[in-house]
Amino acid sequence: MSNILSNTPVPAEGSVNQIEFVRQRPSLISRFVHNRSVVIGLTIVIALILTAVFAPLVSPYSPIKQSFRIQLQPPSADHFFGTDEFGRDIFSRVLYGTRWALFVGMLADSIALALGVVLGLVAGYYGGRLDASIGWLTDVMLAFPYLLLAMIVVAVLGPGITNAMIAIGVVYVPQYIRLVRGTVLSIREMEYVEAARCIGMKDSRVIFRHILPNCVAPIIVMATLVIGWAIVETAGLSFLGLGAQPPIPEWGAMLSSGRNYMLSAWWIATFPGLAILVVVIGFNVLGDGLRDELDPYLTKR
Amino acid sequence: MSRYIIRRLLQLIPVLIGVSILVFVGMHIIPGDAAVLLMGDKGTPEALARLQHELGLDQPIYVQYFHFVADALRGDFGISLRTRQPAWTEVWSALPMTLELSLSAMIFASLLGIPIGVLAATKQYSLFDSISMVGVLISVSMPIFWTGLILMMIFGGTLHWFPIGGILDEGISLHRITGVHLLDALLQGDSLAFWSASRHLFLPTIALGSLSMATLARMSRSAMLEILRKDYVRTARAKGLSERVVLVRHTFRNALIPVITVGGLQLGILLSGAVLTETVFALPGMGRLAITSLLARDYAVVQAVVMISAFFIVIINLLVDLLYAYLDPRIHYA
Repeated sequence: MSNILSNTPVPAEGSVNQIEFVRQRPSLISRFVHNRSVVIGLTIVIALILTAVFAPLVSPYSPIKQSFRIQLQPPSADHFFGTDEFGRDIFSRVLYGTRWALFVGMLADSIALALGVVLGLVAGYYGGRLDASIGWLTDVMLAFPYLLLAMIVVAVLGPGITNAMIAIGVVYVPQYIRLVRGTVLSIREMEYVEAARCIGMKDSRVIFRHILPNCVAPIIVMATLVIGWAIVETAGLSFLGLGAQPPIPEWGAMLSSGRNYMLSAWWIATFPGLAILVVVIGFNVLGDGLRDELDPYLTKR
Repeated sequence: MSRYIIRRLLQLIPVLIGVSILVFVGMHIIPGDAAVLLMGDKGTPEALARLQHELGLDQPIYVQYFHFVADALRGDFGISLRTRQPAWTEVWSALPMTLELSLSAMIFASLLGIPIGVLAATKQYSLFDSISMVGVLISVSMPIFWTGLILMMIFGGTLHWFPIGGILDEGISLHRITGVHLLDALLQGDSLAFWSASRHLFLPTIALGSLSMATLARMSRSAMLEILRKDYVRTARAKGLSERVVLVRHTFRNALIPVITVGGLQLGILLSGAVLTETVFALPGMGRLAITSLLARDYAVVQAVVMISAFFIVIINLLVDLLYAYLDPRIHYA
């Protein structure tokens, strides 16, 4: 990880100068280890990934198999989180839900990141008309309440978890554009970029060799935070009936169906929500910690 | 300043044009045009063609776009499929509910968030600071719809302190003047309706406002901390001003500038959150209208809701910018 991020060189052993350098400024990894937020956030995120990977092994029951003899049972030793209106084990459904959450969060984030970074690089590097039109697109997209923008995208593509994910990805594109464009603008005028251009390097090479690597730190911070937000917002779309459709064990969809039994069976709506909360806290804490270490100037949401 | 205002107003035009293009294109590529949806499956091909002609759907797309914009400027967004009413009327009757909810959430968020942030900053690293920042982290991470459900379950279902949805208790009716229930009750001097409406608004306000509350608390904490490190604060302390004067006059007033900016931008986020909150608490606002219309494929109404909320957001952002310029004498706008 450290070599991608490095404004901070990781020193080779044996060089006197570099050892002194290390004393002044510890390596990125040791700074990460000493940052409480990074450690806590990373622990939560790794635990989630493990849960997602091993969900079939850990889950005591099938997440979709219905059993009408055990409908709406409160939490017990057999069913830790109780059962839902179809007699499905909520604990197993929540565990499997981790898969959907991480999958959706990461893919939505990747869509936003890929589009946003490319557009941001182009806008920041070339300036002029291109920058103006990309800036206009960004302003237009930010003029919508993000959930309504996502709803339009879903309306066009049709409801479903994949389309909800794409919709949320689209919503976050302008955020990345702004971030990357701003960073590129500050890097573009640096002497080494000018030097690279002077020796006749092609634009694409200057962008990928000299500019993009210096934008990586803020992008990583943003990408971490956006995974968390994308998970909440996709769950929101599912809750509204535009995302995951039954019987997919997706947390937002579970909350939506749990709503009808909320007053008689509190556990149906409680546990999927708690799961969302834990995931989002994990990514938020990790993102904040990374920001402190990598990019102290980035503004908070 | 007035030149700056004019320039900013002119800058709104391309953004609003962009919004209208995006909405128009979006609604256009959804399969099934308005005529097909209006007719349902009972129309003959001839009748369908006639309706398409009447609605101008047989014209070239750019002509349709210009008609759309011209109509929209006159407040004509088409006819709702569900109610056969003008879409504008539907939105107009739902708008006050959303404004009432968003504004009360905003007030809740500011009244709680800013003091928490300021106190946490003045007592940095204290127990209060740690506890409130953990609280802030949790509030920022809670999905609005879940917060709503949990509040409803605890304070509505179990403790029966608050109603679990709707706008007024049964048997209470309120003559509509502005559509903002609290205001209508006040104007009519109906204390019973006012009490009922506030009780109904309480949980939705907290559910919707908690995210903004946390954001404002974070923002005011970090703004205060930044200002507290400034030289002029040290000077103020050194010349013997009381800590209260230093905090209120020298620190808080300066810290308020970024806080107000963030606060203003929260209104846009609140409009999104209102969709979820109104769904959870069954409130007849714009968000609820948007989602019901979308699920019923009533796109004229969706279109109207989206255009109108985008318009609101653009105007709010402009006002925030102007307020920012007004509050911060260091910024000069040519």
